[in-house]
Amino acid sequence: MTTTTTTPLITFLLRTADDNLVLAQRLGALLARMPELEEDIAVANVCLDHLGQARSLYAHAAMLEGLGRSEDDLAMLRDERQFLNATLVEQPDVDFAHTIVRQFFVDAYQVPFYDVLCGASDPVLAGIAEKAMKEARYHLRRSATWVVRLGDGTEESHDRTQAAVDLLWRYTGDLLALDEIEETLVADGVLPSLDGVRGVFDATVASVFAEATLTLPTDPYQRLGGRAGVHTEQFGHLLPEMQRLYRSHPGARW
Amino acid sequence: MNEVALDLERLRQEIGEVPDPEVPVLTIADLGVLRSVEEVAGRVVVTITPTYSGCPAMSHIAERIAAVLDMHAVEGEVRTVFSPAWTTDWMSDDGRRKLTEYGIAPPHRAPAGDVLVAIRPPVHCPRCGSADTRLVSEFGSTACKAHYSCRSCSEPFDYFKEL
Repeated sequence: MTTTTTTPLITFLLRTADDNLVLAQRLGALLARMPELEEDIAVANVCLDHLGQARSLYAHAAMLEGLGRSEDDLAMLRDERQFLNATLVEQPDVDFAHTIVRQFFVDAYQVPFYDVLCGASDPVLAGIAEKAMKEARYHLRRSATWVVRLGDGTEESHDRTQAAVDLLWRYTGDLLALDEIEETLVADGVLPSLDGVRGVFDATVASVFAEATLTLPTDPYQRLGGRAGVHTEQFGHLLPEMQRLYRSHPGARW
Repeated sequence: MNEVALDLERLRQEIGEVPDPEVPVLTIADLGVLRSVEEVAGRVVVTITPTYSGCPAMSHIAERIAAVLDMHAVEGEVRTVFSPAWTTDWMSDDGRRKLTEYGIAPPHRAPAGDVLVAIRPPVHCPRCGSADTRLVSEFGSTACKAHYSCRSCSEPFDYFKEL
């Protein structure tokens, strides 16, 4: 299936939906594999929230698109280059520290991001954001608590967490980058300015990392491209696993 | 009150009795999930709001509501809205009492302010009433609950967390 994305708003909805879906796919794969039972339950809950947010956003994008596609079609029948998620969320779960650091960066971004989206002129998007922001807030409480516990924990947990930060930091630029899609939406009055998101994100990271005795990499390199559909190799493994069942049984319904 | 309004009120009560499948002691009216039952152009529009974005109970609840409409041969639809976002502050006093009796500690008032340092007041054990309890995990058997343990009676219990 080829996708002709018709408006900046639809592209924006897909970017946000894709962030949530791909992260949910990563988290779903961790069920029954977390280090303790409580964390297994936590990761299931967080996964479900992201999946729910993705579903609402896809359904709205599909409605605006008006091509008769469903939320499932958008999630399961687009190809790699048509996915617009930030590359951060597709990064693999090397160990628990990587899972937590990835989640923390996403949460630290989503809290101010959804806060801005609550002021969207599109009432459906504003409503989804209002709901999602409450979830992002408690996701952040959990992930920030873990970052501190691991970073300021044993030598082993500190080193592994610092290694995760050193690897994953370069993918956070995708989350925070603004291009002509966001600029158009802001100029047209669809979205309030997103300029403040980065500042809140940076402040959250700085305060939590200070407590966690973690440092940001000095190398300023950022790997961008996810928002334009240019993904890392890891995504090529994730996508077919996620879409295989749906594509193997075209038209099947629950 | 005219006849249509009377029917709507009765319908609203009956729809409000639909139980939450995950916490069956609560109805969707107790939870504040049922927002409105209105007549729009000769059809009944039932509006509900999810507790959490990914709440798997929503489609089940919508089916149960549709069944109530069917039973009364009423033409209508179920709509889901997100805004204003659901909060545990909408839970009825009756719902809070029923939760406690069921063995789940009812939610405190939803916090405002700094998300990283939200300090929760003590949660009372629904079995023995003690405030000497500890948080085991912010995440429990369903999205809406946290897992606690009581130091006084040693029982584990769920806390319906404030949102």
